[in-house]
Amino acid sequence: MVPFAGWEMPVVYSSIIEEHQTVRKEVGIFDISHMGQVFVSGISSTNWLNRMLGNDVDSLEVGNAHYTFLLNEEGGVIDDLILYRLGDKNYLLVVNASKIEEDLDWLQKHGEEGVEIFNDTSEWAGMAIQGRKACEAYFGASGGRTLPKRNGVDDLSLEGSRFIVCRTGYTGEDGFELFCPKSMASQWWEGFLAEGVRPCGLGSRDSLRLEMCYPLNGNDLTPERTPLEAGLGFFVALGKDEFVGGEALRQQKKEGLKKRLVAIEVTERGAPPRAGYSVLSENGEPLGNLSSGGISPCLQKGIGLAYLPVSSATIGTKLAIEIRGKKISAQVVKKPFYKK
Amino acid sequence: MTAPDKLHYTRDHEWVRLEGEIATIGITDHAQEELSDVVFVELPDLGDIDVGSPVAVVESVKAASDIYTPIAGEIIEINMDLVADPAKINTDPYEGGWIFKIRVSDPTQVNNLMDASSYISSVH
Repeated sequence: MVPFAGWEMPVVYSSIIEEHQTVRKEVGIFDISHMGQVFVSGISSTNWLNRMLGNDVDSLEVGNAHYTFLLNEEGGVIDDLILYRLGDKNYLLVVNASKIEEDLDWLQKHGEEGVEIFNDTSEWAGMAIQGRKACEAYFGASGGRTLPKRNGVDDLSLEGSRFIVCRTGYTGEDGFELFCPKSMASQWWEGFLAEGVRPCGLGSRDSLRLEMCYPLNGNDLTPERTPLEAGLGFFVALGKDEFVGGEALRQQKKEGLKKRLVAIEVTERGAPPRAGYSVLSENGEPLGNLSSGGISPCLQKGIGLAYLPVSSATIGTKLAIEIRGKKISAQVVKKPFYKK
Repeated sequence: MTAPDKLHYTRDHEWVRLEGEIATIGITDHAQEELSDVVFVELPDLGDIDVGSPVAVVESVKAASDIYTPIAGEIIEINMDLVADPAKINTDPYEGGWIFKIRVSDPTQVNNLMDASSYISSVH
């Protein structure tokens, strides 16, 4: 167990590599109760959210969710989150645990009439069931229900108790995230275990997302970096009406990026690359630092992400990573690391 | 966790097996459980070493851990099997997973270390 954003979180139940492979080949369950649940409703909620978030809320249909960003005026990332459209004027923001207070401060500071913001994090538990057998597990544990389609949201109840399920995840596998009142959490958890789903910790959650190049807030996304630099421009609707950070992003796009978040693969045997390690050019000139790093259990290689100058960001660029004074060879590769 | 009787132990979860003037050193079963999934071992250089110096690094998927020598002397052998199979530290911490051997300058140094029962109670 490790402390994480005020929670005690399991890093590993048995083995990070085994848990990783369980999700890639079968199905695993992660406790994501630490994540924040912020409900937004009211007559002006759609227009307001469209100004507060990067993605296009108008294009999000009721019963669906999408990935989006809370940006500062400079276009930097305050938080990355999933926006659920539960009703026409009824939304759920699932936000990072470490950012709940900051997100709320920001949202409330920009609040306006006709918008109600309600942080209900303390009442909700959550779990992510990920892997190719996730559908069957849900069928068994929910009394014969089927999952919504990709990015679809179902707002349901079981034995009179509400739960929200969204077909999304952070692993690159099929699966879903389920939020329920905390009093129902162990019943759901045990229900999934009874279907053969195996518990997985933060360790494999990190290795799975890194193989997919999904960013980790605080590491790969920061208030100093924009979604465009992170290669996540797809989730920002630059063409929509004015939104916080939009002007800065349009300007950045016009001027061209100076740095980009690239995927780096180690090409020789050596110690695992880790966040913070220096990334050098082939000639030993410092280019940046790894924002994430680790061993890929599927590729059996060291992998990492780093913001590098665009001149060193093209696929195939030879690099070195400095590990305790030693340089090991690496190169820029295509995202994601793991392809099915 | 296991902790064989005949070994000496440190608070940093290393074990020492003293045979004559040669000490073999590795990390304990408890340490490997905590680390899980050892994927790389940076082995020490041969040569003289003082007590408390960082000599090796055991890297698991989770984190990098420095290994300190609890005994002064000369490092005379390192376990090259760990280059190809670092997970031996997980599967066989007290035998195949040894890390390095020291010719000790003073064998009474092990008297400063814990025996198995003190080590076990220090962990719990």
